[in-house]
Amino acid sequence: MNSNLKFDFVVNKENNTVNIKREFAADLDLVWEAWTTPELLDQWWAPKPFLSKTKIMNFEVGGRRFYAMISPEGQEMWAIQKYTSITPKTNFKFLNAFADNDENPQLPGSDWDLNFSEQNGTTSVHISIYNESRERMEQMIEMGFKEGFTMTLNELDNLLSTLIK
Amino acid sequence: MKTRRDIFQAIADPTRRAIIALIALQAMTPNAIAEHFDTSRQAVSKHLQILTECELVTQHQQGREIYYQLEIDKMKEIDKWIDQFRKIWETRFNQLDEVLLTIKNKKK
Repeated sequence: MNSNLKFDFVVNKENNTVNIKREFAADLDLVWEAWTTPELLDQWWAPKPFLSKTKIMNFEVGGRRFYAMISPEGQEMWAIQKYTSITPKTNFKFLNAFADNDENPQLPGSDWDLNFSEQNGTTSVHISIYNESRERMEQMIEMGFKEGFTMTLNELDNLLSTLIK
Repeated sequence: MKTRRDIFQAIADPTRRAIIALIALQAMTPNAIAEHFDTSRQAVSKHLQILTECELVTQHQQGREIYYQLEIDKMKEIDKWIDQFRKIWETRFNQLDEVLLTIKNKKK
């Protein structure tokens, strides 16, 4: 990661919101494409060793992305992102809900608001995730913890393999 | 849903957060804590019970009084989670950096 690129991550538990800001060394067109094209999303959305698999995606207002995060053990965690607003290359919003593999949502979900802007060839993305319920925030916490923990283990594996060599 | 008692439930309520802030400075008796709130003593005592079940506060007998004390180490669990969650986004974004770089190189 280029250390000149800004990364902010703020969890506000009092109003159930997570705010994330990140800059990317690419122009707006490309960054927007990476966030709105299923083939590209699946290449980076899941933190390794998890995999992202998009089953359905129509990027339009009222459309949705139905996708799974797949754990290294093959466990699938499905979610639906229903697009509620799109302003090309500026902003899009969706409602995110965990789901079963038949696309039955587990409500309530979270509201995502993503803003894109470019300055001198650097594109910044600002994400705001709002959870209407505390239970949902906790669920996000649990899932995050699970993925985070797996990642940590994976890093340990990498470290061990380096040490063995 | 089964009632779960954990650190996140402890800090989910504004009154409980205020209690935490209060006893972070020094251990206090339930009466002394209740004086800081408009709600009934009973409500405060219920919050203290939840905080105890969440293992965020412990009770200590001192003479005839019971003092409630904050378990600072337990608060660190919150930091730990936020750190894990932050890490996921960090990894995700680093992966996106690579995808962007690959596409840029292909277009050249």
